[in-house]
Amino acid sequence: MAGLKLTYDISSAEDDFTRAGEASGSVKKKLRQIGYNPEAIRKVSIAMYEGEINVAIHAGGGKAQVEIAPDAVTMVLIDHGPGIADVEKAMQEGWSTAPQEVRNLGFGAGMGLPNMKKYTDSMEIETEVGKGTTITMVVKA
Amino acid sequence: MIVRDVIDILEAEVVYEADLDAEILSACGSDMMSDVLAFVKDQSVLLTGLVNPQVVRTADMMDMHCIVFVRGKSPDQTIIDLAKERGITILKSRFRMFTACGRLYDAGLRGGCDI
Repeated sequence: MAGLKLTYDISSAEDDFTRAGEASGSVKKKLRQIGYNPEAIRKVSIAMYEGEINVAIHAGGGKAQVEIAPDAVTMVLIDHGPGIADVEKAMQEGWSTAPQEVRNLGFGAGMGLPNMKKYTDSMEIETEVGKGTTITMVVKA
Repeated sequence: MIVRDVIDILEAEVVYEADLDAEILSACGSDMMSDVLAFVKDQSVLLTGLVNPQVVRTADMMDMHCIVFVRGKSPDQTIIDLAKERGITILKSRFRMFTACGRLYDAGLRGGCDI
C-alpha cells in the first residue's frame, strides 16, 4: 500500500551520540500529527529508537527508510557496518558485543534486538559479516 | 501522585519545569536505557544516574512526563533543551538511586508491572 515515505541519515555515535534517536523522534512526531493509533506509535518509536541506536553505535551510522501507510508502518534500517556474526545469539536477551564505552552510555545491555522483535509484528534481519545489516520491521496500525 | 509530589518526596530541585500537575502512574529506575524500553507500562517517571541526551529521548519514546537525575547529578544544556522541546520535566535529587526509589515506593508509587 502506498504511504508517506521518509528517509533519514543516522550519524555514527562516535561523531555525534547526541543526535542518535533524532530520526525516531521525528517519526513519532509525524505519526502523532497524522493521528495514528497511540499504541502503534509507541511500538514504532521504541523499535525504531533501539534500531537507530544500534546503527549509531555498532555500525558507524547508516540510513532509515520509513513508510507510513494507513494499515502499517514499515521501518527499514540499513547500515554498512560489521554485520551480525551470530543472529541467533544476538536475539537472546542480555547477549551483547557492545564495548564498555557503549554500556557507559546506557545501552549495550543486550536488549536492543529482543526489544525490537517484541514491539513489532514482523522483523527480518539480512546481515553479512563485513558487509552490513538491513533490518525490516513492520508495526500494524 | 503528581509531579509536584515527586518533587516534595525527593526534596528535588526543578531543573526544567514542564507540567508539574501531570499524573504519575508508576516509575522506573535504571541506568540502562534498553531496560527502561523493555517494559511498556505507562511509567511516568524515570529515575536515573545516567546523564546524557539519550535519557530524554528514552523518556520521550515511553511518553514519560518526568526525569529525575539522582545523586545530585546535573544535566547539561543539551539535555535541558531536548527536555524543553519534548515537554518533559527535569528534576535533580541529592538522594542515591536506591533511596530515591525507596522514598517513592514508600509513598505508594509502584513499578507498573508485577515483577
